[in-house]
Amino acid sequence: MRPGFVGRTLDGLGLLFGRPPAKPAAEEITEEARAIHVFKKTPDERKRRKAAIFAEFEDPKASNKWRIRRWISILVLNGIFIASYWSDLQLVEGALTASRVLGFHFADLNSSLQLMLAHKHVVLNLLIGITTVFLIYWVIGGRTFCSWVCPYHLLSELAEMLHLKLVKKRVVKDHPLDRRLRTVMFFVFAVLAFVSGYTLFETISPVGILSRFLTYGTAMALIWVGVLLLIEVFWSRRMWCRYLCPVGLTYGMVGTVTPVRVVHDVRNCFHEGKCREVCLVPHVLDMTKLGYSTEVETPIGPDCTRCGMCLDVCPTGALRFDIKGISRHEPTSH
Amino acid sequence: MTDVINDENGGRSNGQPNGQPKRSRKVDEERRRLLRSMAVGGVVTCAALAGLLQHRMAHAESRLRPPGALDEEAFLAACIKCGQCVQVCPIRAIHLGDLDEGLGNGVPYIVARDQACDFSCDATQCILACPTGALSHLIDKKEQVKMGVAKLAAPDACLARKGLGHKGTARGGGFSGVLRYPEVDRWKAQRVAGRTYELDLCDLCVRHCPIEGAIALEPVSPDPADKRRTPVVEASCVGCGVCEMMCPSEPVAIRIEVLTTDREPKGRHA
Repeated sequence: MRPGFVGRTLDGLGLLFGRPPAKPAAEEITEEARAIHVFKKTPDERKRRKAAIFAEFEDPKASNKWRIRRWISILVLNGIFIASYWSDLQLVEGALTASRVLGFHFADLNSSLQLMLAHKHVVLNLLIGITTVFLIYWVIGGRTFCSWVCPYHLLSELAEMLHLKLVKKRVVKDHPLDRRLRTVMFFVFAVLAFVSGYTLFETISPVGILSRFLTYGTAMALIWVGVLLLIEVFWSRRMWCRYLCPVGLTYGMVGTVTPVRVVHDVRNCFHEGKCREVCLVPHVLDMTKLGYSTEVETPIGPDCTRCGMCLDVCPTGALRFDIKGISRHEPTSH
Repeated sequence: MTDVINDENGGRSNGQPNGQPKRSRKVDEERRRLLRSMAVGGVVTCAALAGLLQHRMAHAESRLRPPGALDEEAFLAACIKCGQCVQVCPIRAIHLGDLDEGLGNGVPYIVARDQACDFSCDATQCILACPTGALSHLIDKKEQVKMGVAKLAAPDACLARKGLGHKGTARGGGFSGVLRYPEVDRWKAQRVAGRTYELDLCDLCVRHCPIEGAIALEPVSPDPADKRRTPVVEASCVGCGVCEMMCPSEPVAIRIEVLTTDREPKGRHA
């Protein structure tokens, strides 16, 4: 990622649409960052860091703080839909594709996009719903939807745990796909909606399927969700969220410029790569490799779902949540 | 642990002395990855298209849609599959389609025989709830609705046509459907199973029709002594399905013929 707002934003978008991460050219690295890289490569510092990493592998400290918070968020938010329907609370009516929250219209951005392309007509209520949801996710970080709201994310995360166990036992192998696939699928579904006049993607969208199942009990469509999960367990890690979901890409675009992001501080980083191992979208953490960060503090790009897994595994506090304009962080001197 | 050893280069693939076999393995893996990706993309696209295929094949038997639904093709495009119409319906007449409905996965429908829309909500809460206008916001009176038309599907089963009356509940004691009986409670629908009739001539379809003048019983012959009557459906029928739900015959004598076009108010588009 190039330093500075414009370079960083453009490179973040590139990563979002599927460009592979690249090592920054030497001249792209800022003076301060370069000085840190040079310091880290001095023999003494290298020795110290390696010793620390070995000690850390001997005695791994991983927390589940953010995971637990996130699971609670997913369960509570989806639970409100269910509770609201069955107890007639009327707090939240509808499903994740569109709902009314205390009477205010909310509409999922990707569902609305499909609908507008297929129907070629928009009513005011939908525009209100789109605007509301756009503003909310623009403020809280775009793909925050994925890891803090989407019910499929939770199931997929459980499938991933199983997958990783099986990989460790060498029973299965991960088959990564080309990340540009998601961008292709986004346009495929957009064009299909426009040409066919139907919201074809909604038939197979696990977000809508799960959300409707939870509230209305339409269970047969779970077969499709089950197939996706099986594929993710036995064949390709987090396949839907990583390589296919146009909903994720849509929210990613919303969060291109947003106040809520994870920030990497190279001064605290040991570069041992634990964060990249757990990350749903490890390409966004490329700056955690030694010599890759172009700035001392780098905000992670828009493909990041703000799930906090990297914060949970990072033993040195090199990664932190940051809210632009609100967070006050005293950088630890190194 | 490999990262620890290679951390200077930030990963496994960079900076290693790249022998020829290693390079070609990497190219191979990249090619396989691309092929895999194209295959997965193709399969997912096909899965979505399967919904379209199902829709085309299932077209013979169309679902009864909630009041105000746009013409079927436009309705399928405009519905965001959120189920808010399901939630506001006070008599729970609306259900959501499942995966076997293909494109209609998540789209609302009504099974009139089990629970017809009797406009208990005083017309069209579902329309007001619809966030996308798939249920046309231009409708604000039940008389403007056009879901279908009642048809005498099995004339021989009709009790009135045989000159017969009906005693007891309309649909048996176990029937779970509800209907608004304005003379009992203007606001709350009552269980159909909780009400018994003693009719010399069955007129349940006419008696409970929520649209005035949509259906009438007319003599079968000019003979004044002939008790037999036949239900005649007028153009003002909106297709709500109350007659279908209340018909005590098995098989049901009167059914809604679902409309897939001409559902929208004339000359307007929403």
